[in-house]
Amino acid sequence: MSLLFKGSDEIGRVPRGPWPTRLGAWLVDHLRQMVGSLGELWRTPISSVLTMAALGLALSLPTALYVLYKNVAAVADAWQESTEITLFLRKDLSDPLQQAVAHRLSLQPEIAHVTYLSPAKALAEFQSMADFGEALQYLDQNPLPATVVVIPAEEHRTPEAAKALLEKLEQASEVSFGRMDLEWVKRLHGVLALVRDAFAAVTCLLLITVLLTVGNTIRLAILAKRDAIEVMKLVGATDGFIQRPFLYTGWWFGIIGAFIALVAVSSALYYLESALSALSGLYSSQLTIIGLDLAEAGGVILIAIALGLSGAFISVRRHIAEIEPR
Amino acid sequence: MIRFDQVSKLYPGGFQALRQVSFHLRRGEMAFLTGHSGAGKSTLLRLLALLERPTSGNIFINGHSLSRVGRRDVPFVRRDIGMIFQDHKLLMDRTVYDNVSLPLIIEGVGHRDIKKRVSAALDKVGLLDKVRCLPQQLSGGEQQRVGIARAIVNKPPIILADEPTGNLDPELSAEIFRLFAEFNRADTAVLIATHDLGLVARMRHRTLTLRGGLLTNDGLARTSAAQLDEEDDDESTV
Repeated sequence: MSLLFKGSDEIGRVPRGPWPTRLGAWLVDHLRQMVGSLGELWRTPISSVLTMAALGLALSLPTALYVLYKNVAAVADAWQESTEITLFLRKDLSDPLQQAVAHRLSLQPEIAHVTYLSPAKALAEFQSMADFGEALQYLDQNPLPATVVVIPAEEHRTPEAAKALLEKLEQASEVSFGRMDLEWVKRLHGVLALVRDAFAAVTCLLLITVLLTVGNTIRLAILAKRDAIEVMKLVGATDGFIQRPFLYTGWWFGIIGAFIALVAVSSALYYLESALSALSGLYSSQLTIIGLDLAEAGGVILIAIALGLSGAFISVRRHIAEIEPR
Repeated sequence: MIRFDQVSKLYPGGFQALRQVSFHLRRGEMAFLTGHSGAGKSTLLRLLALLERPTSGNIFINGHSLSRVGRRDVPFVRRDIGMIFQDHKLLMDRTVYDNVSLPLIIEGVGHRDIKKRVSAALDKVGLLDKVRCLPQQLSGGEQQRVGIARAIVNKPPIILADEPTGNLDPELSAEIFRLFAEFNRADTAVLIATHDLGLVARMRHRTLTLRGGLLTNDGLARTSAAQLDEEDDDESTV
């Protein structure tokens, strides 16, 4: 409002009205500028479309990498199901006692599933598996201990948790020792972490690209409107008022870029899925691709809007303050 | 309302646009600012609208020193000043209505009020029937009147005009000066920079004359036609 004429209304200032009216005017104004900036994009269709396409592609690559990582992680999870601990029980225990131990283990919350293998069964399995059949017949007694194969509950399948569980189970007096292929699990996790970090780095670079693209496009838009900005400053517009349409332009760039990215990734997935179903037909196995769910698509849109807005904001901060009426 | 106290402006490069200019323009007063081009008329108006800052001296509006107005507050000072330019400074891709309503939209006035005010302002300058036109479809005089309507639409206490009739024929110029005299009756301070000395003489208002950045003549007390004619002669010999 007036700065130098505070409290002097004898000159017949414009009445500002009660606050609901002003809030209404403010909302209408924002809506008008939001739609107006969309119209502004429409007025320069070629450059707008090119910018949006560039943003869409820059956003679709990280989205595609995310989908890829998600699928790899899902496969890795499926492999981790095979994280199992093998416990060898003491040989001097009676068969019922060993079965009781197995039963007791299965009641523990850290353990999802327990398979008890008696020495006799183990021997039979060993005979069928290896070609030791005849050699084993020369033995006087069964040398194999009773084994309990433990599959940890889901939250205990990471290498550290599984190791801790193994150490805990080995404490039991009935257990002579336990074994787990820890190295394999560790390696899998290492590879996954590497893939995740590499994807994150590429994603960062691409998101910076989005930021710079929006910033540069907005900069050009500001320079093209230089005269109009000067006029607005002459009649008392604050930088904030002048900024608004450009910020909305950034917002539209974000939204439309995100939609282009989502459509591009979805169609790529659709194409891959049909190729994959042909392949899985040949291998007679079930291969499916996990796409983006609604929350993840929303996340892509939100991130794109945030990038569009911040790119526009950086540009607007720098360039609108620079323009002064001559 | 407007007071200049020993105001000087030295542009980078050494051009002295104003030298220790002092004057006081009261509330509801209308004055002309004359002088040759380069005498400092535009600089004086630009200092008032905070488009420039003085090198030394103080400018007061309504008792407030402009030197205390920070960058962020500049727009709020400009809202109290209706500025009119020789080149109109209209938004050429917007309609007359959009141009005139701009100051009100910037101030966040409700839309019903905007409609009323814009109609009133356009009615005053006689362009109510051109409300949907683009500036290009209007004549130079009409464009200038759109600029005037924009300057008065939020009823600012101060109106500044920089060569408002520079591109217009005498008849149109007279009409525009009559408009200014009309606004002046509404308790508004009006300062018009012009070199149209004939018109200035006929309007019989206070006249500030700048020569080489110096305020050489402040025709404050001149009321009689004879004195004005005399002043007119003075000017023509300069």
